[in-house]
Amino acid sequence: MTYHPQLAAIRFGTGLAPDIAPPKSVPDMLARLQGPDAAALAHPITTLDAHSPRLQASAKANMARKQAAKLRSGERAAVDEVKAMRREFDAVFYDATLATLSRSVTTEDGFRERLNRFWADHFTIAPRRYIYLRVIPAAIEEAIRPRITGAFEDLFVAAVTNPLMLSFLNQAESVGPDSESARKKEGRGLNENLAREILELHAFGVGGPYAQGDVQALALALTGISHDKGLRPIFKSALAQPGQIRVLGHDYGIPDSTDAHRAETVLRDIARHPATARHIAWKLVRHFVSDDPDQELINALSERFLDTSGDLMAVYEALLNHPAAWTPQLYKIKQPIDYLSSGLRALGAAPQLATLTHRSKPVQLKKFVFDPLTEMGQRFMQPNGPDGWPEEQKAWITPQGLAARIDWAMTMPDQLLGRLPDPRSFVEIALGSHAPPDLHQAVAQAESVSQGIGLVLASPEFQRR
Amino acid sequence: MNDSIMASRRKFLRLSAGVGCSLAAHPLLTPVTLAAAPSDKRLIVILLRGAMDGLDIVQPYGDPALAGLRRSLLFGRAGGGQDLDGFFALHPGLTTLMPLWQAGEMGFVHAVSTPYRDKRSHFDGQDILEAGTAGTPPRERVGWLNRMLQTVPGLVAETTYAVGLESMMLTAGPAPVASWSPEVNIGLSTQTQRLLDRLYAHDPLFHAAYGSALATTDDLEPNYFEQTGEMLKGMMGGGGQYRAHQRIAEFVAARMREETRIAAFSISGWDTHSRQSRALKRPLSRLSETLLTLRDGLGTDWQNTAILAMTEFGRTARENGTDGTDHGTGSAMLLAGGAVHGGKVHGRWPGLGEGNLYRDRDLLPTGDVRAQAAWVMRGLFGTKQHDLEQSIFPGLDMGSDPRLLRA
Repeated sequence: MTYHPQLAAIRFGTGLAPDIAPPKSVPDMLARLQGPDAAALAHPITTLDAHSPRLQASAKANMARKQAAKLRSGERAAVDEVKAMRREFDAVFYDATLATLSRSVTTEDGFRERLNRFWADHFTIAPRRYIYLRVIPAAIEEAIRPRITGAFEDLFVAAVTNPLMLSFLNQAESVGPDSESARKKEGRGLNENLAREILELHAFGVGGPYAQGDVQALALALTGISHDKGLRPIFKSALAQPGQIRVLGHDYGIPDSTDAHRAETVLRDIARHPATARHIAWKLVRHFVSDDPDQELINALSERFLDTSGDLMAVYEALLNHPAAWTPQLYKIKQPIDYLSSGLRALGAAPQLATLTHRSKPVQLKKFVFDPLTEMGQRFMQPNGPDGWPEEQKAWITPQGLAARIDWAMTMPDQLLGRLPDPRSFVEIALGSHAPPDLHQAVAQAESVSQGIGLVLASPEFQRR
Repeated sequence: MNDSIMASRRKFLRLSAGVGCSLAAHPLLTPVTLAAAPSDKRLIVILLRGAMDGLDIVQPYGDPALAGLRRSLLFGRAGGGQDLDGFFALHPGLTTLMPLWQAGEMGFVHAVSTPYRDKRSHFDGQDILEAGTAGTPPRERVGWLNRMLQTVPGLVAETTYAVGLESMMLTAGPAPVASWSPEVNIGLSTQTQRLLDRLYAHDPLFHAAYGSALATTDDLEPNYFEQTGEMLKGMMGGGGQYRAHQRIAEFVAARMREETRIAAFSISGWDTHSRQSRALKRPLSRLSETLLTLRDGLGTDWQNTAILAMTEFGRTARENGTDGTDHGTGSAMLLAGGAVHGGKVHGRWPGLGEGNLYRDRDLLPTGDVRAQAAWVMRGLFGTKQHDLEQSIFPGLDMGSDPRLLRA
């Protein structure tokens, strides 16, 4: 296996940049990943727990509004209060958006950004409530980012029990049929949503070794895991199904009692299951390497996963040391967020990014980030469902998706930067040795600088990795 | 000034005074240069990006050699052109400008170019055009219009604007300029569509998606890109990219009614390597609509206005194998406005016959576009010949007065 720095940056990082050298070797890539999270330090994103008081306040404001509507009194003030809270959380979201982009554009540890996005997508949280949408980056920052280099089971437990995930998958409503709460109040029952998605999406995959009975069992075992109105995690023993539950052949919990640790124990066993190893291996290969993943590579990762009890660094190392990861032909289509941020990175646009302030209205963020991403088919941080974003190239390079990418490539760099690099040297900066001769030729024939830049960014090679 | 332009002005107005580099980068703006000077004369410079084919815009149908060079690109009456002076005809795409010609408010200078020779690169050619230097790309990114502004006493902010979606070196430099841009997307020019098509040819996924995204019929119908632009534009409010050039012209005219005296912007789409007669439709309609909108917007100030539209170089005298033309040398420059000596094709016509072409391929330039611009500025603003030849267009020999302005 031959390591190629440019390919490393393109395929496993956030792209080439004019002033940032790509990592020198696989050990270098892994060392950076295990080192301090410099990008997060430079561009912080507040974690979910810090927002709890304001989330609590917003829940109160919503209640107050409902109450005011019922009483037909004080509605105006109540609505204004709700709106003010939304604006507050809008600002949180815009800050996180800029930080996310800035990290990708300036980092020297591109693999970490890619892994963070991969795991955030694997553990997709897609709530509907307005303010909850605004704190998705905060939840990712708290539950996922700090754990992408440790043991998979730690990441798994934190991600699936994160309060925003619990809210998204209705866990707070899930009540054990024999729980204290069910005995007091009729009509409340089990909600299987979280358990199903854990098995189907996060752990085994839809073809994995589980059946409806297992989903139900897991759901029972998870009862009691909940959150409050400030999205703080709490265990509500009144909702928990008492006693032991048999999940996938093992018993969990304490007989005749509720057990706050039961959920975590069963989740850790699921995380270490061979089916999970296979599913995670498949997902990693499919995301980083190919829509049609090489079975040999999947097996290699899966074995490493099991041999090391899910040591993620070992799995990444197995991925990066495998020849199949380094086929020189660029293949996977960059998703819009990666496409946009790698374009900005190649243009050296960090200073201009920093000027996209939002104050009271995100006009600039809309113009340069949100609207283009939406047009490309990836509304920022808002996939359609818990299964996250599609992987297949056909999902992204549709007539509309491609038109939006070309549009962005041809018009946005000039408007954002004002002063563009010479397109002929930009080919080199953006693609290095992956630029085909016909691209150099085409760029030389472009009738203006911005169209030359646009041709590079719209080229198939720049859209693949 | 109508309300929407006023609102746009408040929203987008910025002042930049960068030294030695192009106008400061503002996310919402790209440079539109307008400048005010203590004079009632106005100058508008339009950069025609892509190398406009002067031979097709101002067709020398009276030259016997033309027929042998242009087989499928019809010209003169056969091509639907309007006769100008018994020797030259105007491309049918500019027919709506004939009233200007007839009123003596539009003219041309033919067979002109910058000193740039032989490489014929759009980027270098445009840089040289905008820098106003001699034939090699400039070291400093400062435009001749900015250097001219530096010689004007009493220059104030918002007197000069660079308008539009393209960054412009023409007006970049130490003298203060303001910037404005309508928030619209550019549609793809024919040349860009062609180049993308080639890039996507070897990648079936992109080829298929791209083919569906492009309109297959008339070039003037909105295609997918324009629809996408419209969608985006709809989200942000405002007109679509079709109206970008009109909004620019309206803005410039409105500013000129106030204290602005100098403006510069560009119109792209002239790089017609294939199916030239189709490909020229849109840039020509943009150009004609721009000029008519300026005239209408300037009102009584039109009489004091000179518009120069110039391109980085021309195109080959002979057609190529795809009903188009490739990069050349000499081209035509357009003059418009009440202040110009219109109704005439100025310049010295070198002929297209054997031995008359530059390197047996291009229209031979017999004049320097810089000299034309220099004389116009001298006539409008009294700019000193010494400044024009030493600092604004370093190394230029202005030669004799081509009398491009009305006496």
